[in-house]
Amino acid sequence: MTVTNAVLQGVFLGAFYAVLACGLSIMFGVMRIINLAHGDVAVLGAYIVYVIVERTGVPAFVAFAVALPVMVLLGYVLQLTVLERSLKSGILTPLLATFGLSIVIQNLLQLVFSPDVRSLGGSAGSVTTASWQVTSGLSVSALGLLVLVVAVLLFAALQLFLSKTRAGWIMRATAEDADAAELAGIDSRSVYARATAIAVGIAALGGLFLGIRSVFDPVSGPTQLIFAFETVVIGGMGSLWGTLLGGIALGVAQTVGAQIHPQFAVMAGHLLFLAVLIVRFGGGRLVLRTA
Amino acid sequence: MRVQRWTRTSKLFTAGTLVAALVLAGVPLVFESDVVQKLTTLLILVLLAVMWNALAGYGGLLSVGQQAFIGIGAYGTVFFAAQGVSPYVAMLLATLLAGAISVPISLFALRLRAAQFAIGMWVIAEVISILVRLDQNLGAGTGISLNQLNQYEPNFRQAYTFWLALAFTVIFLAALFFLLRSPLGASLQAIRDDEDAARSLGVRVAARKRLLFVLAGFGCGAAGVLVVANTLFIEPSSVFSVQWSAYMIFMVLVGGLGTFEGPILGAILLFAIQTTFTQGGPWYLVGLGATAALFALALPRGLWGTVEERLGLRLLPVGYRVVEARRDETAA
Amino acid sequence: MTLLQVEALDCRYGLLQAVRGVSFDIAQGETLALIGANGAGKTTLLRAIAGAHRPATGRVWFAGADITHVPAHRRVELGIALVSEGRRLFPSLTVEENLRVASARRRGRWNVDTVLDVFPLLKPRRHMPAATLSGGEQQAVAIGRALMSNPRLLLLDEVSLGLAPVVVDAVYRSLGDVIGEGATVLLVEQDLTRALQVAGRVVCMLEGRVVLQGEAASLDRDRVVSAYFGLRRPA
Repeated sequence: MTVTNAVLQGVFLGAFYAVLACGLSIMFGVMRIINLAHGDVAVLGAYIVYVIVERTGVPAFVAFAVALPVMVLLGYVLQLTVLERSLKSGILTPLLATFGLSIVIQNLLQLVFSPDVRSLGGSAGSVTTASWQVTSGLSVSALGLLVLVVAVLLFAALQLFLSKTRAGWIMRATAEDADAAELAGIDSRSVYARATAIAVGIAALGGLFLGIRSVFDPVSGPTQLIFAFETVVIGGMGSLWGTLLGGIALGVAQTVGAQIHPQFAVMAGHLLFLAVLIVRFGGGRLVLRTA
Repeated sequence: MRVQRWTRTSKLFTAGTLVAALVLAGVPLVFESDVVQKLTTLLILVLLAVMWNALAGYGGLLSVGQQAFIGIGAYGTVFFAAQGVSPYVAMLLATLLAGAISVPISLFALRLRAAQFAIGMWVIAEVISILVRLDQNLGAGTGISLNQLNQYEPNFRQAYTFWLALAFTVIFLAALFFLLRSPLGASLQAIRDDEDAARSLGVRVAARKRLLFVLAGFGCGAAGVLVVANTLFIEPSSVFSVQWSAYMIFMVLVGGLGTFEGPILGAILLFAIQTTFTQGGPWYLVGLGATAALFALALPRGLWGTVEERLGLRLLPVGYRVVEARRDETAA
Repeated sequence: MTLLQVEALDCRYGLLQAVRGVSFDIAQGETLALIGANGAGKTTLLRAIAGAHRPATGRVWFAGADITHVPAHRRVELGIALVSEGRRLFPSLTVEENLRVASARRRGRWNVDTVLDVFPLLKPRRHMPAATLSGGEQQAVAIGRALMSNPRLLLLDEVSLGLAPVVVDAVYRSLGDVIGEGATVLLVEQDLTRALQVAGRVVCMLEGRVVLQGEAASLDRDRVVSAYFGLRRPA
C-alpha cells in the first residue's frame, strides 16, 4: 500500500469519524456539554437498525429510515430528562451524569443483545464491498466514497441550517447567550432539546456507518467516543467545518500510522490528539515553575 | 464566638479510627486466606475512592484516566520483580514510579479544561496501555503473572499483601488528612469555592492542583501494585480498563464528593454490592451507572455529604467550626 | 389602568440581597425612570420583571395577571421586552438576524423595516455581524430587537452607558418617537438630568430599597440627589 493510498483511505475513514463526531460537536457548540454517552448512543442506533433488519429483512439503509425518527425522539427525551437538569449544576455534573448513562446503555445492550459482535455489512447491499481500482496503487471503495459524500452533504446542510434559517439563527443565538435569548422570547429549553435530538439522530447515522464498515458490540461505545472527541478537539471545539477537517486529520493519522506498524494506527491518532492539546493549551511552555 | 477544630465527636472518632486500624492489622491472624483477599480488595477500593475524591472533590479535577496509574503500578511491579528485585521492594518502587510519571503528565494535563482533562487523561491511559501491549516482556496483550510471589507460602503472601494494603491506605489517608488540615487545605477549599477569587488572593492554584494530582498518581499506583499482589495475574485490558474510573466515580458520587469520610463509605457500599451481586453481571452495572447518574443530578453531595449537612456532623476534624460563645465566655 | 405592579419584591444572589421589599406600579402609557447608584438593585429589579431572575418573595402583576412564575420567554409573548444593560447582542448574527430571532408572536407596527426606519443609521449595516458595530449602533439594534416583539411594556437598562453624548441624544430622540406613540416605558438611567427630562415619574433606589417616588416635575433636584446618595439617612 502506498502512502498516497493510505492518505486516501484515511480521508474516507476520517469522513466516518466526522459523521460520528458531528453530534458531539453540536451538543458542545450549543450547550457546552460533552456527552460521554455519545459513542454508546451511536452504537444504540446501530443496534436499532440491526433489530429492524433482522425482523423485517429490509436493507440496512431502509431500516435506518425507520430507526432515525426513533433516535431523534430519544434525543428529545434524553435532553428533557437527564441533560436539562445537569445544565443547571456545575461543570462536572453533565460529565458525571452522561458517564453514568454510558454505563447504563452499554450494559442494557449487553443484557438484550449478548456480548456477541454484530455487523450491518451483510444487509447493506453491494456498497459494502464494491470498489474501483483507480490506478495500480489507488483503490476507491464505494462505501468510503458514500460516507465521504454523505459527510460533506451533512455538514453543508448544517451550515445552511445555521446560517440561512431562522431556526438556525435561534440556535446560534441561544448558543452564544442563552440568557439574552430568553429575554428576546426564545425558549432555550426547546432549542436545547432540538440540538440534542439532531445530535442523537446524526450519532445514529454514525452508528449505521460503523455497523456497515466494521463490527460492533455493546461495549464499542467508548472507543467511538474517544475517536469522536479526538476529532472535535483536533478540528477545534465549537467549529462545525473544523469537525470535518479534524475527522479527516485523525483518519489520515491512523492510516498513515498503520503503514509504520499495524498496531500503531490508533496510537498515531492518540499522539496527534495529545500534540494538538499541548500546542493549543499547553502553549509549548513545559517549563517547571517554582511553586 | 470561637473557632474550633476538634469537637468531642471528632476526637472520639479519630481515636476510634486509629484503634480500628490496629484491629484491622490483626485480620490475617484471625481469618481465612480468601477472606483476607476480599478485605484487601476492600482496602484497594477505599484507596482508589479517596484518591479520586482528592482529585475531583478537593481539586475539581475530574479524571476518567486514573487507570493509567493503576496500570503503571501493576506493570511496574512485574517489571521490577523481573529485574531481580524482591517482590515487595518492587511494589514500593512501582508506587514511586507511578508517582514520578504523574509529574510530567501534570505539566501538560493540568492546563486542560474540564472535558479535555477528563478525556485527555483517558487517552493517556490508552496510550500507556497500548505501549504495554506492545512489550513482549510484559506479556503483551495476553497478560502476565507475578510469579516471584510464589516464593512465599500463600497464607503469608496474603497476609503481607493485606498489611501492605493497610499500610498504604493509612499512609495515604493520613497524608490527605494532614494536607487538608494545613493552610494548603484551606486554600484548596477556597479554590473549590471560587478559583478566580482564590487566585486573586495569591493562592497558587496550579501548584495546589499539581500536589493533588501527584498524590493521586502515587495513590492509584499503590492501588495497582496491590491489585497485582492480590490477584497475581494482570492483563492490559483489565488493569488499564476505564471500568476502574467507573467504580471510582460511583464510590465518590454516592459516598460524598468533597467530603473526607464520604469516599470511604462509598467504597464500603461498592464492596458490599460487589460481593452480594457477583452473579449479577450487566444488571448490577446498569444499577451502578444509573445510581451514579442519579446522584450526580439529584444528590450531588452524596450520602455522607447530605448527612453531614443535615446534622452538622464532622467525624474527622478536617475543617473548622464556628461556635457561638457561651454566655460565660463573653466579657461583661 | 395599571399595566405593571410590583409587590414586595425580594431578590437575592445566594446570600446577597439585591432587592428588598420593593413595591411600585406603572400605569399604561406612563414613562417611569428608575434611578440610583451602582449596586442599588436596579438591574436586578428589571431582570426580575422581565423574568430572567426569580424573586425570593413578592409578586409581579402584568395587565392584571400574576406573572411571578412565568418564564422570561413567555413574558415576551405577553408583551414585556427588556433591553439589557450592555446591549447583549448575538455577536455572530447580523443586524437583521438579531432582529429576526426576536419573538414575532405579537402583532403590531414593529417589523424589520419599521425598526430600521426609526434607526436609519442601521440601514447600511443590515447584513453585517453585530460584533462589528459601534456602541451606538449596537444599542440601536438592542432596542430594535426588543421592539420586534411589539411589547406593551418596554424595559430599558442604562441605554446611555458607554456611549458618547451625541450618540445618546440620537438614541433618546428615536426613543422619543417610540414613547410618543403611547408605549409604556420603564427605564434605568444613570444620567439624572436625562432621566428627569424623559420620565413622567421617578423611583429612586438605594441598597435595594425604594427611597423616593414622585412626579418628575414636582421633585426638587436636591431631594433627588440626597435620596440617590443616601444623605441625611437616619443613623
